[in-house]
Amino acid sequence: MSFYLVQFLSGLATAATLFLVSSGLTIVFGVTRIVNFAHGSFYMLGAYIGWSLIERWGTTPMGFWGGVALASLAVGLLGALMEVGLLRRLYRSPELFQLLATFGVVLIVQDVASAAWGAEDLLGRRAPGLKGSVDILDQPFPLYDLVLIGLGPVVLGLLWLLFNRTRWGTLVRAATQDREMASALGVDPARLFTGVLFLGSALAGLGGALQVPREAVTLHMDMAIVVEAFVVVVVGGMGSLTGAFVASLLIGQLQAFGILIFPQITLVLVFLFMAVVLVLRPYGLLGRAEDAPPTAASTGPPLVLASGLGRWAPALLLAALALVPLVAGDYTLIVLTEVIILALVAASLHLLIGLGGLVSFGHAAYFGLGAYGAALAVKHLAAPMPLALAAAPLLAGAGALLAGWFCVRRSGLYFAMLTLAFAQIAWSVVFQWYGVTGGDNGILGVWPPGWASGKAAYYWLTLALAGGTLLLLRRAAFAPFGYTLRAGRDSALRAEAVGIDVRRHQWLAFALAGASAGLAGGLYAFSKGSVFPTLMAVPVSVDALVMVLMGGIQTLSGPVVGAAVFHLLETQAMSLTDWWRLGLGLVIVLLVLVFPKGIAGFARDLWLRRVDR
Amino acid sequence: MNRRHTLLLLGAAALFAATQPVASYAQTSGEPIRVGEVNSYTGLPAFTIPYRQGWQLAVEEVNGAGGLLGGRKLEVVSRDDAGKPDDAVRVAQEMVSNEKVALLAGTYFSHVGLAVADFAARNKVPFVAAEPLTDAITWTKGNRYTFRLRPSTYMQAAMLVEEAAKLPAKRWATVAPNYEYGQSAVSWFKQLLQEKRPDVEFVAEQWPVQGKLEAGPTVQALAAAKPDAIFNVTFGADLAKFVREGDGRGLFRNRPVVSLLTGEPEYLEPMKDEAPEGWIVTGYPWDQIDTPEHKAFRDAYQARFKEPPRQGSVVGYTTFKAIAAAIDKAGSTDPEKIVDALSGLQVTSPFGPVTFRALDHQATMGAYVGKTTVKDGRGTMKDWHYADGAKYLPSDEAVAKLRAE
Repeated sequence: MSFYLVQFLSGLATAATLFLVSSGLTIVFGVTRIVNFAHGSFYMLGAYIGWSLIERWGTTPMGFWGGVALASLAVGLLGALMEVGLLRRLYRSPELFQLLATFGVVLIVQDVASAAWGAEDLLGRRAPGLKGSVDILDQPFPLYDLVLIGLGPVVLGLLWLLFNRTRWGTLVRAATQDREMASALGVDPARLFTGVLFLGSALAGLGGALQVPREAVTLHMDMAIVVEAFVVVVVGGMGSLTGAFVASLLIGQLQAFGILIFPQITLVLVFLFMAVVLVLRPYGLLGRAEDAPPTAASTGPPLVLASGLGRWAPALLLAALALVPLVAGDYTLIVLTEVIILALVAASLHLLIGLGGLVSFGHAAYFGLGAYGAALAVKHLAAPMPLALAAAPLLAGAGALLAGWFCVRRSGLYFAMLTLAFAQIAWSVVFQWYGVTGGDNGILGVWPPGWASGKAAYYWLTLALAGGTLLLLRRAAFAPFGYTLRAGRDSALRAEAVGIDVRRHQWLAFALAGASAGLAGGLYAFSKGSVFPTLMAVPVSVDALVMVLMGGIQTLSGPVVGAAVFHLLETQAMSLTDWWRLGLGLVIVLLVLVFPKGIAGFARDLWLRRVDR
Repeated sequence: MNRRHTLLLLGAAALFAATQPVASYAQTSGEPIRVGEVNSYTGLPAFTIPYRQGWQLAVEEVNGAGGLLGGRKLEVVSRDDAGKPDDAVRVAQEMVSNEKVALLAGTYFSHVGLAVADFAARNKVPFVAAEPLTDAITWTKGNRYTFRLRPSTYMQAAMLVEEAAKLPAKRWATVAPNYEYGQSAVSWFKQLLQEKRPDVEFVAEQWPVQGKLEAGPTVQALAAAKPDAIFNVTFGADLAKFVREGDGRGLFRNRPVVSLLTGEPEYLEPMKDEAPEGWIVTGYPWDQIDTPEHKAFRDAYQARFKEPPRQGSVVGYTTFKAIAAAIDKAGSTDPEKIVDALSGLQVTSPFGPVTFRALDHQATMGAYVGKTTVKDGRGTMKDWHYADGAKYLPSDEAVAKLRAE
């Protein structure tokens, strides 16, 4: 009995940290609608700054808690700085574009933290006066964890007071409910947002600084926490503080007791939980329907089929690309092959985001399923390459049909997180099913046969298959299917009223996008010779999203341009310097500021302006 | 503050060195011999930067002694793989087709190492895997072109089993990260220990996610099983958390712990005075090894980089010494000849003589087995001895069977 009590308390301590971080995220999202990827980076910075201050002054309780508070404030200021310097300039851009900016910040923070604090893990001082443990029913339990357990409800209470008993809090709630109306009534939203970013980041920093006595501070803390914080926010219901609190408690307990029953399931437990919650409750545990975000992509100017020369541009581009092997060397062809494959991934994701208004955080799942479809066909069925390449879109499409059926029943960020949950479940199956997938050691020896093994031959094959699929996707955008999809995006209600089954079309689009990404995955598998679970991990989904946003979501050429720019930048930077993440992050931030509609969107605006004149 | 600056400077210096062609220290002539090197420099800098300094030292020594093959100098093209196998393969392709490297070396993660090994076999380029630990790279997925320096998971587990079997403990609990490395370490440990001690039973196992150990619940769950001893495979940040929480909750009181790799300075030193006391570990007590080979290496390393060597430094240094020796023995840069030269190649490492076995291309480099302790406020090892890798490998028939699969 005493054992279960202590396990329960351990779960509460985990929950306290989770709550601090996710409360900040939910506040920021609730007010600004920004999907803030950099939230985890602020948590990490809180831990690093906290470590430095505690090393210096942490010998006394005053110094220790002062250091924690100071670290939290410093991180809050950085958050406010990010709002003023970066995000404020982007409120007129399509929604989600801020996501790209925060992703740039993530990359920058990673390299800056590594330069400032060094690569090695830093183990900080323990909290003075709280080093030991107390016996609870004969089981030792760390004192510091007891303090953390108490801190969670205290912070919740303070936040409640702040939002319900102060003028600022009332204004924030007003802006959360209706941003336009609040600003029409004379509330300066920009200042409000700066304050909210400060508060949210300070909470993340506080969560990070409080971890110093519990664990080593590392450069991997940011990614480890941010996904989990999103899970808490979504499970609790977006924008709901109490929801985040309840969700943190549940997830903390789930992890404490889950490992007793299924020690092996740790990889996927929280995602399974999130999937179940979202399937059963469309707005999380305590979210309300009216707080649900609108469909993620705002409606831009309608897509028009280009006339004249523009109409032939894609075909001309394909023809030009087909001639490249006559002049280029092997390595150029390899990189171009990858660009074409990634362009297909980005374009398939764009079908969902741009046309369907559905933002997927789990698109890597279908890319990865395609790669595994091909690799498994080769390994277990000894299939020749053409057959294996056919298996790729089939497996990915089947997976997308299954996941999509659940996902399209949710909208906005709930949809996005459900796609992420399915992607993580698929990833963990691949990661742990050693007998079939080879686990994390992957499947080797997936090479093309003799006729396609030359770099030029494989390039042409990729160009034909991926380029052909790209043209088909383009065709679909201007087919009745594409118009229907866009109708559902722009106004689901009106679309339903004229007799369109919006959900069904979104489901089909999800499957089509999944199958296309799957073909890309199959092609990628044969170009690399091996597949690993990393192909369907979170960073690949994020990369795909970044490519789409970088190119711009309002044009069909956007994702292709974005994929090319992103991949070329990354490969070039990686071979030039160890600081490539810093470079890439800076370039992304710069691009976001210069081209707030994406590269292709900018080019189109320029073109339209010229035509108008 | 000082260390931070040193690290920054070193980073900058290393960066400079990596992007510049290696300066020649002696009169060398002819075209340089190029080696393509890829590792997770941005993903795991704490391990890969000491490794890089190690190979830089080796390359400087080789070129300082007049280079290879009648005065041609050794030149390294070094790249980051971002910790991803597909990026590593692209980089390998780039180095083979653009940089015309004669052979490939490096990698840290097992899956990255396996991807490059498969690429090497496909393109018939020799590949010396430096750091990956997975058994597969030389056994079930071994190939003609791939060699591996570091003692594998099997070898490290076998070294520890020898010590674990001497303990009176009968009830064992295990904790290991939930991926191939952790799983194969635990399964070898179980199998080999039960061969030696049929009376031993395993009463609990925990599989935390790598990098996300839930320390409190995990420690509590292990304690609840009341084991006599614990076998630990977690490392890095997870290990620090585990040690802290286990200490706070009395998990290690009167309970021996056998722990893989924990004696390596990369893992032991960040824990400072909180390093565990009396754990039986494999590792590298760099400050106490006084063999002439090691002293020469340590002195040269400290003179060059103004910091003590790490396990990675030894691996990087030995990898490139072996590569130089292989090219010398082959008498050419022909890939097939280099592969033949590497098979059965003997080199002197800071740990003593090492042979790349012709049978499975696994090097016989060993590790130091001993107990952890805290001295002068930092973790170190005591009562250690060198476990020669050659003694901790399965029979030749068993290996041949594994490779045939």
